[in-house]
Order: sequence, then structure tokens, then C-alpha cells
Amino acid sequence: MTDLPELATLARETAPPAREGLVVEGLTVVTEVRGTPVVEDISFRVAPGQVLGLVGESGSGKSTVGVALLGLARKGLRIAAGRVCIGGVDILELRGKDLQGARGRLVAYVPQDPASGLNPALRVGRQLREAIIIHGDSLENETVDQRVTQLMEEVGLPATDTFLNSYPHQMSGGQQQRVGIAMAFSCRPRVIVLDEPTTGLDVTTQRRVLETVRQMTVEHDVTSVYVSHDLAVVAQLADQTAVLYAGRLVEHAATEAIFRGARHPYAVGLLKAVPSSARSEILVGIEGRPPRPGRWPQGCSFAERCGSVQDECRDELPALRDLGNVQPHWVRCRFPEPPVSVDQAKQPVPVLSRDVDAVLVVRNLAARYGPLDVLRNVSFDVKAGRCTAVVGQSGSGKTTLARSLVGLHTDWTGDVELSGVKLSSDPQRRSKEHRRTLQYVFQNPYGSLDPRMTVRQNLEEPLRHFFGLSRSERDRKVNEILQTVALSTEYAERLPQQLSGGERQRVAVGRALIVDPEVMVCDEITSALDVSVQALLVEQLRQMQSDRGLSMVFITHNLAVVRSIAQDVVVLSDGVIVEHGPVDQVLDHPAHEYTQRLLADLPSTE
Amino acid sequence: MSDTASPATPPKQRAPAKRRGSVARIVRGALASRRGQVGLALTLLVVGIAFVGPFIPSRSPTEFSGVPYSLPGNGNGVLGTDALGRDVLARLLHGGWSLLLLAAISTVLAVLLGAIAGVVAAYRGRVTEMLIMRTVDIMLAIPQLVFVLLIVSVIGAKTWLVVVAVTLCQAPQVARVMYASAQDICERDFVKAVALWGVPPRKVIMRHIMPSLTTPLAVEGGLRLSFSIILIAGLNFLGFGTQPPNPSWGVMVNENRLGLATSYWGVLAPAIVLAILAVGTNVFADALARVAFGGEDGEEVPVATALELTKA
Repeated sequence: MTDLPELATLARETAPPAREGLVVEGLTVVTEVRGTPVVEDISFRVAPGQVLGLVGESGSGKSTVGVALLGLARKGLRIAAGRVCIGGVDILELRGKDLQGARGRLVAYVPQDPASGLNPALRVGRQLREAIIIHGDSLENETVDQRVTQLMEEVGLPATDTFLNSYPHQMSGGQQQRVGIAMAFSCRPRVIVLDEPTTGLDVTTQRRVLETVRQMTVEHDVTSVYVSHDLAVVAQLADQTAVLYAGRLVEHAATEAIFRGARHPYAVGLLKAVPSSARSEILVGIEGRPPRPGRWPQGCSFAERCGSVQDECRDELPALRDLGNVQPHWVRCRFPEPPVSVDQAKQPVPVLSRDVDAVLVVRNLAARYGPLDVLRNVSFDVKAGRCTAVVGQSGSGKTTLARSLVGLHTDWTGDVELSGVKLSSDPQRRSKEHRRTLQYVFQNPYGSLDPRMTVRQNLEEPLRHFFGLSRSERDRKVNEILQTVALSTEYAERLPQQLSGGERQRVAVGRALIVDPEVMVCDEITSALDVSVQALLVEQLRQMQSDRGLSMVFITHNLAVVRSIAQDVVVLSDGVIVEHGPVDQVLDHPAHEYTQRLLADLPSTE
Repeated sequence: MSDTASPATPPKQRAPAKRRGSVARIVRGALASRRGQVGLALTLLVVGIAFVGPFIPSRSPTEFSGVPYSLPGNGNGVLGTDALGRDVLARLLHGGWSLLLLAAISTVLAVLLGAIAGVVAAYRGRVTEMLIMRTVDIMLAIPQLVFVLLIVSVIGAKTWLVVVAVTLCQAPQVARVMYASAQDICERDFVKAVALWGVPPRKVIMRHIMPSLTTPLAVEGGLRLSFSIILIAGLNFLGFGTQPPNPSWGVMVNENRLGLATSYWGVLAPAIVLAILAVGTNVFADALARVAFGGEDGEEVPVATALELTKA
């Protein structure tokens, strides 16, 4: 948080038109066929020069709100009601040429995937000029080329001919995203909608992009709406934060007010689930999932999952109330939580002794992809019943390391010993015992379970292969493992597609666990999950660590999760270990410059 | 498990498990569409004629019952007589089953062979993939009819050989489609996970890859069936397969083509039946494909429709 939001503009009374940035009132998006609301009654106003963070988990409708600000709706959806006013013009009233003129000139959009926002067949310079030429009236005594040069400087890219004549695929993801931002700002719009523009980027690039957004917003007095699932990013960037749940705003206030004292139980729950990079804390997740459109309950949407739910909550939808003293603080809850920081409620993780034997020993591992050296001289230990985290940015070789260990990548040399026995690089030559004791959990929960098999059948597959147990024995084991991953036995007969991402990932962990492995290699297993679900999974892994003495290799790019789950950490950069040691030591006193930079660039809710 | 955390329970679902892409679902979907109903009706009409026909009391299909090339009426039967004065209707009723049976057998064999070849190529990769797929490429380069004629004229016009030849020239097409579909499935994590445990390839393919390929297999099978029918009818016309005097629709067209101007029913009747069959199977296969791959151009079902479906 750099500066506090202006109080006057947050108030809901009509502000003077000149300072009116973006005013959204009663925005409702419904499905085309039956008119089922997907997003309902969204109202907020943001002043020029301010950033609104629109936070929500997957399916909350945050992207739907984001594109609706441009008068757009995804296929199959339709904007049914509401106003989106920018400087007195209601975008939703515009049609045809007027609407075209408004897009780009009044409101612009930066998509999540920078590559999809740029035309791969056109040079970036031409794409930038195109928009400016179409909206020629945005030029102020300058030529198109001057505007392009200025834009490139603003987003921190070289305005050279070489760069402007390159194609999108010749640039890095961060550069592409900054070109996307330059394009959005190219016609000096009044409002910019950014739809998770940093999701695919690593922390250092993310920080630069966020700085660019912040700076451009203030410099050009633009209103920015930043749609994100990442609370830490929003905490750092936004002046105001609005939390969406099941298509409705549940809390909206100054960012500071929300992160220091959220009032809605859902917002509080989200904050409790966010891992801290500074302290090792027990994370508290939120069980269940939000109701889908068409299944919204009569009362509060969050009632099903709320810890402090009362009978009245289910009867009638609570209204959005202003609970703020000085600044407005809108909360859609009948029994709001006291405004205290969640940090006080968090509990530290019990410290595990590191004085145990190593179960997995890696020495001088070097991996190649064809002529390319991906890993060099990688050596570390995984101690029994402990978790070693491997962190690094994309391209650091961390996934190759995991794949080499389990046998998915075969082109490597070096010594890997599991419980004192050497592991072959060729998976065909590994013993059945090794294949069982070393288990792998994939990153993407949507692809790792057989879609044609029920949860029970998926869990039974490894049992059949490794033990060939009788039917009743298998049933017993499946029920036992479902309990371990905190899923009721009702899930057993479901197909994977009927499960949420978090539930699927729990089944995937259960499938690895059911054969009683010694070491479990987890490859970014929480990166596809919402933060409330990630917290549940991390706590379950911790439970397995203490209950079963499970050892883990935890591959991740998220340093905050490392702090929460791991005892040892290995920092990889360009295929080499740059730092290695106990988590607290490495994260509190990083010795290597790379680790220091990673930590400094990490956004935090604090 | 800690005592405090209670296991998650799934939300209640009214609708039973819907398996996306299963054969039962796409067949049901195809039958619900007008296209599928028409296709199936046309197909069943001809299949009915072919298999019930021999049991309908009529004149003998090989007996000379009248003056050659007679038009219907005057005791010449409903459809008149053919070049040798045999009853056209009787020959039409008796001449279908062998054609359909041969087409069905060769399609089943071709789909089996092609599916195995394509999936094995996709799963094993490397040398296996190269050997299988290059063979497929070579076979696809030879025109189908020429290929079959070559085999049949070198070895002889035996019925089993027609089946083998048609199988061999349909299988590469199936292999190519299945190879492309299987490549995608083989790259999925769940297949890799199973392979990592050391499960033998045959089991991985049968238990985990094949079930995900039923949709393209069903669609391709339907398409291959219509091509097999046309191919075998063509071979019959050229004098391979069913031999005169035995009745067959393809043979009938050949025998009576000289009399087309005087007694057209001898050619027209089998030709119409064959055309209806080819169109029927094709339209039905098309309906299957539309359900399986969603919409005109393979688009995903829009969000709203999906939402409405879950609501209902």
C-alpha cells in the first residue's frame, strides 16, 4: 500500500462529474437461454488515478464483471441490467460505431494471456500504431510515432526499430504483457480493465508489470480495475478492494481496511488461507465450494460454508451495508466479524527436528533435453518424514528435476539413492518396489485422473497393480484413503469431472498415498488451485507428514507455500542450486542474490 | 486424520453421472436429432429389405419366369423381369444380405485392426510409430478400388478375399484417425501416471487409453461402414465377390445395364436401395459426429447451455 484512497471518491454520494472515474450500478449478467444470473447487482465507483482490485476465486464471476465493463459478455451470457458510466457516458447504452469508438478510447482491456491479446502475424509496432490511428482523436499535437515512443518508454520497453519490428513470439511473456499494457493505454482511455495480467509471469516480471500499471494509472489519471485471484498482488497494488463471491460483491472497502480487518466471513477465510512468506503458520482453508449459477440459495450464498452461520442467514439475502466509521466499508453479512487482523488468529507450525536420516539422496544430477543442459550438478537430501521444497522461476529446471526423479525424464546422469538403493534413470529398469515407494503427484488435477473411471476405480488402479488385493481389501483401503484426504465415501462413485479442482487434487494425492510410498514428489500441486483450497491441501500434507512419516519433495514457485510446508529448501536458478538449507535460515537470511531478489519481489498481504 | 476436520461431502446432485463422450451418450444424442433419426430410418429400411427379404414369399430369384426386359405388370412381377427374364423384385429381396454381411464384417475387422495399429503407434512412438504410420501412408496413397482389384485379380475372386481386401484398404484410414486421437490421450497425465507404476503397455492401452477413444471410434466406424458398402457393391458390379446367378445388388446393376432403356427397374431398383443405404449410414455417422464433437464446426457447447443443462 503506497497511499490511502481518497475518502470523498469512495463515498457513494454523487461526486462532481469531472472527478468521476468509473461508476458501476446494478450490473447484472445472465445466461442467454434462461436468464439465470451469473453476476448480480454489482455496484461500485472508482476515482481516476485509482486501482480497484476485484478479488474472487475461480467461478466467482470476476472476469465476467471485468469484460462487462467493456459492454461485452462471454458467449452464452448477456448483460441484463445495470449502468457502466465513464465520464457520464453509459457504455452499456452504446451501440455499433459509438461502442466501437468507446472501446479503446474510453475503456481498454488487458487480457490474462498476453500472447492471445496480440496478433501473432503482425509486428508489434504495427499493432500499436493501428489502435492509435483508428482513434486518431486521442493524439495531442504529436505524431503516431511519437506516441508509440512515449508509450514504450512508459512501460519500460526499448522504442527501437528492432524491437518494434519484432513479432510477439520473439518476446518474453513479460515483454508481451507490457506491450499489451502499452496498447491498452495507447489511446489514453479513462478506464483500464486488467484481467489477471500477471498470472503466467514469475514474481520478478510480475513486480515490474505491477509497477508499470501503478505508475501509468497515476500518471494518466486513469481508473484501473484489476481482476485477480491473488490477494497478495491486490494488497500491493490496489487502493480499493472488492471481494466477489458467487457472483455478488460481499465486501468492498479501502484495501488497507480489508487486509487489516476484513468483516465478511468469506473475506476473513480467504485471508486466513493465504500463506505468509515471513512466518510459518498453520493455514485455514474453506471447505466446500461456492454455489453454481442457477443453484444460488435464497439466503446468503456463503451460508453453506460459513463457520458462524445463523438460521436467519439462510432466510433472506443480506444487503450490502456500510459498516465503516470514517471510510465506507461495504459488507454483505448480517453478522460481520470484528475488524481485527487475521494475523493474530494464525498459529505457528510446530517445528520438526531436522536431525533425522536422509531417505532420498541426490548427488551430481545433470539432466539434458537434447543438446540443452537443463540441470547441472544438483545435490541435496530429503530427510525421512520431512519436506524438501524446490523453488525457482519458470525455466529454472525444477520440473525437470521432479520428472527425472520419478522417471518421466530419462536423459540424466548422477546418483540418486532411495533408502540406500540406487535409482536407475531408465524407469523400465527400476524395481517394482522403487516404483511403489517413490510416488509422483502431477501439477494439473484436471488431467491426472482417468476421466472414464470413478474415484474408487482411480484409487484402485495402483492397488491392483502393486498388491492385487481382494475386492473387500481394496474397498477398505479406498475408504481409508478417502478419509485421509478428507473426502467422504460418497465421493467414491463420482467421476473426476464431477469434482472441483481441489477435490480432484486430493484424489490424486490419495492415489499416490494409497500404495504407502516413502517419498512423494509433488510438482506444483497447489498452483492450479484457489487459495482457500490450497490451504486445505497443504494442511492435509502436513497431517500426512506427522501421521505417516511421509517424506516429500515439494516443487513450487511460491515461496510463501514453502515457508508453510517445508523444512528444507533448495533454490534453483538456471539449472544450478544457488542456495540450499533449512527453510527459516534461507528465507530469513538469504545469502544468494537470486534468493534475495525472489523474496523482495514477492507480493505480500502484509 | 485429525479429529477436528470433518470430511468434505459432495453437493447433492439430482442428475446421474453423465459420462461425456461415452458411446451410449452420443448414440442417444444422435437419436434425439432429426438428422440421426432420418439416417437411422433410411438405414433400417434397407437393412430390413436385405435381411427380411429372403423370408418374404416371392418367386425364386434364379428361376426364369418371363420374357427378358419386361416392364412391370402383365404377370411380370411388381418390378418386371431382368436380362434373363428373372423376377427383379425376388432378386432385389434376396440380393442384399450377403452384401451387407460382407460390408459389416470387413468394417468390424478394419476398425479393430486400424484402431490397434493407430493406438499402438501413438503409445509406443519411435520405431513402432514410424513403421506403422509409414505403412499406413503408403496404403493410403493407393486408390482403394485399384488396391482391391489388384489383390482380387492376382489371387482370385474368393468371397473371403473380398473381405480381406476391403478390410486392408479401410484399416489405414481408421488407423490414421485413431492415431491422431490417441496421440492426445497418450500425452495426458493419467496415462503417464499409470505407466510410471510399471503397468504393461497392453494393459495401459486397453484399460486407460481405449475407453477415452470410444467416441472417435464410433464415428469412424459409422463412416467406414458406408464406404465398405459402396466398395463391395462396386466389386460385385465388376464381377468380384458374389457370382451370378446368385443375386446381389451390385451384380444386378451390371447384368441389367444394357436394358436400361427398355426395362429400367432392373438397374434402378438395386441402385436406389444402395443409394438410400449409403446416404442413411452416412447421415447417421454424421449425426454421431455432431453429437460427439459438438455443433457444426466442433465448437464447445456454450457456457450458458452447459449451465442450463446442469440446472435442469
